[in-house]
Amino acid sequence: MTTPTAAPHRPPLNRERERFWYLIHGEWTKFRTVRGWVIAVLVTILAITAFAFLFSDISAGCAVSSGAGGTASPASCPPPPPTGPGGEPVQDAFYFLHQPLTSNGTITVQLTSLTGQVAIGPGSNGQSQMGSGLQPWSKAGIIIKENMSQGSAYAAMMVTGSNGVRMQWDYVNDRPGLPGSVSASAPRWLRLVRDGDTITGYDSADGTQWTPVDTVTLPGLTDPKQAGTVQAGLFTAAPSTGNATTTTGVFQHIGLSWPATRWTATNVGGTSQNGVGQPGTFSQSGGVLTVTGGSGDIAPLVGGAGVISIQRALLGTFFGLIPLIVVAAMFVTGEYRRGLIRVSLTAAPRRGRLLAAKAVVIAAVGFVAGAVAAALALAVGTPVLPRTGIPVWPVSLLTEARMVVGTGALLALAGVLAMAIAIIVRRSAPAITTAIVVIFIPYLLTVGVGPQGGGNGGGGDWLLQATPVAAMAVQQALPKYYQVAAPYAVVGGYYPLAPWAGLAVECAWAAAALALAFFLLRRRDV
Amino acid sequence: MSLAARVFPPPYPAGRALRAAAAALKAEWTKFRTVAEPFWLLAGVVALTVAIGAAAGSAARCSSASCGLDPATVSYTGIYPAQAVAAMVGVLAVGNEYSTGMIKLSLTAMPHRLTWLFAKAAVVTAPVLAASALAVAGAALAGRLTLPGHGFTPAHGYPSLTTGTDLRAAVGTVLYLTLIALLSLGVAAAVRNSAAAIGVVLGLLYLFPIAAAVISNATIARHLNQIGPLPAGLDVQATTGLNSLPLTPWQGLGVVALWTAGALLLGALALKFRDA
Repeated sequence: MTTPTAAPHRPPLNRERERFWYLIHGEWTKFRTVRGWVIAVLVTILAITAFAFLFSDISAGCAVSSGAGGTASPASCPPPPPTGPGGEPVQDAFYFLHQPLTSNGTITVQLTSLTGQVAIGPGSNGQSQMGSGLQPWSKAGIIIKENMSQGSAYAAMMVTGSNGVRMQWDYVNDRPGLPGSVSASAPRWLRLVRDGDTITGYDSADGTQWTPVDTVTLPGLTDPKQAGTVQAGLFTAAPSTGNATTTTGVFQHIGLSWPATRWTATNVGGTSQNGVGQPGTFSQSGGVLTVTGGSGDIAPLVGGAGVISIQRALLGTFFGLIPLIVVAAMFVTGEYRRGLIRVSLTAAPRRGRLLAAKAVVIAAVGFVAGAVAAALALAVGTPVLPRTGIPVWPVSLLTEARMVVGTGALLALAGVLAMAIAIIVRRSAPAITTAIVVIFIPYLLTVGVGPQGGGNGGGGDWLLQATPVAAMAVQQALPKYYQVAAPYAVVGGYYPLAPWAGLAVECAWAAAALALAFFLLRRRDV
Repeated sequence: MSLAARVFPPPYPAGRALRAAAAALKAEWTKFRTVAEPFWLLAGVVALTVAIGAAAGSAARCSSASCGLDPATVSYTGIYPAQAVAAMVGVLAVGNEYSTGMIKLSLTAMPHRLTWLFAKAAVVTAPVLAASALAVAGAALAGRLTLPGHGFTPAHGYPSLTTGTDLRAAVGTVLYLTLIALLSLGVAAAVRNSAAAIGVVLGLLYLFPIAAAVISNATIARHLNQIGPLPAGLDVQATTGLNSLPLTPWQGLGVVALWTAGALLLGALALKFRDA
């Protein structure tokens, strides 16, 4: 194919004629004057936008009547979950022993035990057979909450199954305290101090040396409607694993800075769809309170079926990638096929500059197509998405901007990758096949398309960390919460890498392909 | 492009049709075997299928009876990228004629265009079938050697990995790869451009399963898995959980056969009623 040649003649730079801008202009003219390519780019935009409609509407988990009638039918859709202070859908279902706290105050407890049970199979008389099993994020502790309605503001100090002492507030926030698990020989002391709308959490191993964990401001606590009264007390929550769970906490040395009244026991959320799995119980003997709560959590909703985001509207990206890859490859292979490459290289003898000009043009085309398509897709998807009946995670304008710019960058880099591969192989069919296989197959293997869902057995997260499709992470709008144990699956919209890190992986692929293309383009005759 | 402008050649007299077909076959076979490209592509099919199958097999672990892994599907993981190469064989068989201008010569020599197309299809079928058989045999052998050591044992519900079901999975996978190559040939004949054809074929193959995986509406996902050539066709690989398949294995391969027949028909019609 290639015969070794003498070093090619490299004429000195003619400043006027070889300005980089002229090369870009030339390449752009080549691109825009081929009608089929322009149509393919329009198809890219159209595909992403059209599938925004498809994916955000018919992806419904429950029946949707989108006709003239209007909204989702309540019969088949579960009731919407409560929303937290930040507007995010949350789970707020736990067993709460509470007293009203009308002004500032302090609550202190000592926890000596945290145990849990989990259903391990069907038992007699309809009850599940329970075996011991504490979840990593099973929790028991003290909480100050705005009011008894689900989704209201709160701050809590707690011991957890295997994550030590934590302070959590307003569903999405979490701060670690003392490490290690709780036991009679290693008790944990917890304290919450309320001062107006500020709450400070402390923990201690001995009840005398207190360490502040964090101080948070919860504006809801001074809501004039309830004249500053909040609910304070003890709670347990047992995150469900799909099976029923319970968590039991043993509380001692309960110290209240206000005149104590009787404890009122409430299953926050009731035992309805969004409430606890089973009602809690408590028993009191001497100064020891044993509190057991079942299947519930105080946490943001996560997971593919539990909550969706506007990210779904961008799933058409895969559909848009194919025409873009085809065009990006033909942008090069067309020149080889027609012999135009000889003219191009004669006009721009410094081959690296020609390669750079081509990369700039295809990247610009990909970026504009991706960004425009993503903006349109988000605009189309936003009004349609709530019709699915699945709770929608609120996405900030900044995140949407990142999704739009990121999708543009994703397509731009895919275009550059395909173009570079095309320079390397110089033929359209192998170039397009390589680019599509490299981008699509890792995703296919990760989402598991075999007959049993995970049919491949070998595909793991590493495929989405090491291949160009890692860039899909730039579209992720659902935050991952490490304090909520859930299967953060790719099909649910969770990617293993951070948004820009994922894009950086694709960037590395494109750069590597460009480097190889540059090397070969300089070394080969044509 | 007008129909009136096309002059169809008179039909062959009886007895000559067969000889003409044989001549067409011989000519196409000469074209196929005297170019290095198809050989390398078919070698790529074998290499990808065996290498990725072996890698997936050595990564797969089945630790309990309910691990939910299908040993055949694991062994044939390499089919996912290999079918793209098989598609390339089909696309380039026709696409190269158009990109080099050879098509004018071919159709001048063989004015009965459908004879040319089906000679092309026949010439592609045999080597792809052979390469696929080699690829699947290699992948199956690799799986046979590694998987029992990774927990795919009779105790976990995988009797021998050489039952009739496993044979069906292997034969079905060979047929699947061949059908994909023919599907691509039909698309290329309809589109007349290798780049566009390979884009269409790979989109057809890979987009159905992606859409089915991310759509949370189970009914629509199931239908997509029944319609799409890749997910339907790979049902033929299933050796476990047969009752939960959206189609029976042979039905799934039948769906691919329908897609292939449709693509070939489309290519034939386009070829017959259009200027080359």
